[in-house]
Amino acid sequence: MKTVYLDNNATTQVAPEVLDAMLPYFSTLYGNPSSAHTFGGQIARRIRDARETVAELLGATPDEIIFTSCGSESDNTAIMSALRTNEGKNHIVTSRVEHPAVRVLCHHLAKRGIRVTEIPVDREGRLDMDQYRASLTRNTAVVSLMWANNETGVVFPIQEAAQLAAERGIIFHTDAVQAAGKIPIDLKNSAIDMLSISGHKLHAPKGVGVLYVRKGLKYAPFLIGGHQEQGRRGGTENTAGIIGLGKACELAAINMTTENTRVRALRDRLETEILAKVPRSRVNGGEAERLPNTTNISFESIEGEAILLLMDEFGICASSGSACTSGSLQPSHVLRAMGVPFTMAHGSIRFSLSIYNTEEEIDFVIEKMPAIVEKLRNLSPFWKPEGEVCGLGT
Amino acid sequence: MGVYGVIDIDKKGIIMWEYTDKVKEHFLNPRNAGELEDANAVGEVGSMACGDALKLALKVDDNGKIQEAKFQTFGCASAIASASALTEMLKGKTVEEAEKISNQDIADYLGGLPKEKMHCSVLGRQALEAALAGYRGEPQKKQEGQIVCECFGVTDVEIEKAVRENHLATVEEVTNYPKAGGGCGNCHDTVREIIARVQEEQRPVTRPKLSNIKKIKMIEETLENEIRASLQQDGGDIELIDVIGNRVLVAVRGACAVCKASESTLKNFVEARLQERVSPELVVEEVKE
Repeated sequence: MKTVYLDNNATTQVAPEVLDAMLPYFSTLYGNPSSAHTFGGQIARRIRDARETVAELLGATPDEIIFTSCGSESDNTAIMSALRTNEGKNHIVTSRVEHPAVRVLCHHLAKRGIRVTEIPVDREGRLDMDQYRASLTRNTAVVSLMWANNETGVVFPIQEAAQLAAERGIIFHTDAVQAAGKIPIDLKNSAIDMLSISGHKLHAPKGVGVLYVRKGLKYAPFLIGGHQEQGRRGGTENTAGIIGLGKACELAAINMTTENTRVRALRDRLETEILAKVPRSRVNGGEAERLPNTTNISFESIEGEAILLLMDEFGICASSGSACTSGSLQPSHVLRAMGVPFTMAHGSIRFSLSIYNTEEEIDFVIEKMPAIVEKLRNLSPFWKPEGEVCGLGT
Repeated sequence: MGVYGVIDIDKKGIIMWEYTDKVKEHFLNPRNAGELEDANAVGEVGSMACGDALKLALKVDDNGKIQEAKFQTFGCASAIASASALTEMLKGKTVEEAEKISNQDIADYLGGLPKEKMHCSVLGRQALEAALAGYRGEPQKKQEGQIVCECFGVTDVEIEKAVRENHLATVEEVTNYPKAGGGCGNCHDTVREIIARVQEEQRPVTRPKLSNIKKIKMIEETLENEIRASLQQDGGDIELIDVIGNRVLVAVRGACAVCKASESTLKNFVEARLQERVSPELVVEEVKE
């Protein structure tokens, strides 16, 4: 059975060009870039090239790029660094819809006496800018807001938010893991202080990430050890991963247009056709500015895992915004923050595309989804083909 | 095959579990799904809010034998498979035999369920109980009080009883006893209110005497954790100068020092909060320098 992979916000396939670029670093070029000999030392030059390519995609300079092991490490490093370099300030501003790498860290810090303000979003997932502005105080050490939401693809006005923080002398970090490679990022002309990206979301392998730290920003390392990354992140370099990420950033710059034309068109068609063919379905965040590759669709009165498993029978891969474990089924914190009703939230499916998806694949999914939804609705005691849905607590 | 990954993009991260082939088969080809027109025993359990619901309809003949069994369910794959399995198990059984079917029997019939999914079989057992009770014409178990937790059908009276008898202090603890609050979480505020009410009742009339050291420590902690941050948000601040008996001497700083409303802030916010957290006898006084 052919796999139709529409789960690219979870992870992406390593681009063939990226794999080719990496392979020698597992075999012949296995040296340690810190070694004095040419065999190892030559790798350092290749890492320098990769650093330049990454910087170019982000509109940064190479010395502002720190290689890490993943997006979560970058997020953790950024927030902890901001707190350590701002002793005396103990307030973090973030949003209700952040990725766990930021959200759970903030909850953890809140238990240790840090005050955390989570800015709400509206029904379409847009950040409440008035509340954001009002939340910034003299005691705020750092703002951490995601550039684009992993579940809905909704894009926050990050440049404006960073500017507001900068005017008040507050460090601004953004988790751009979903945005990088999909929408243009230009850090030269921005007030962003720190930015996280993750390799495996843009066709590089898992196990490599980046933290951008603006030149001149006070910084405290998270992983303490050797002199690697100019002493800003200890640990022997993941050479193959870094080379792969460099190649992936080069490809992302080239494919940015495709992403915003062809991929966007595929996404739009998938969304429009499913909505037209499946009654009582809706797009979460559909009115907001979104990434070109993501759509989050709710199907009323049915449950996400069951939908996913029926899709799986056809080899279609996607994600659900809810999971049912231990006697409780919790819609995702993102959909809850958006106030998506239970009848809709339980049956939400995220489709996330990449440049490798084809028209045929999208046709296939459009063809299969209506029957999948109908099958489950026919089993559901809450589904009334005509008229209103009932059952909430009655 | 048989391995599925579901991403709860929420806090749990990626959860993988394995369904047996039998679970998968019953999920893909559910038996006896739909409504039963002439049912004489119907049980409905669960709710949309908690994400699991099952309606079981049986037709029992004059000899007490189950002729037909049908289900409708809202839920995940194992909820659908459990309901399908249950209807297959019930057909042809007498009411007496049906009564003996436990949730474990349902799980066993399916070759086992992952432990995160055992509640799906519990739902089946509950629907069966409800259907058989209805068949016997037993009055619906009279419920005392109001349902608070809709997911598990727990009333305020039950929660209050559990809180009182087991000295429960948090929603999490309540979840472990009568199970209330373990589902959608909509009732957490109400559960908290019940806990507060019971605790209020149980508070001994004479408060245990607060030692001076403890009192000063608690005042410091309350100022630090609950008061200073919110004053700082408005550009103000407060400093603890001394504690003499029940008099809390403080100095105001920053914007508070020049604010006309600072007196009422001290009374209505600082003093009120300290009285609530430390001791109702406390009086806050400002020290001018």
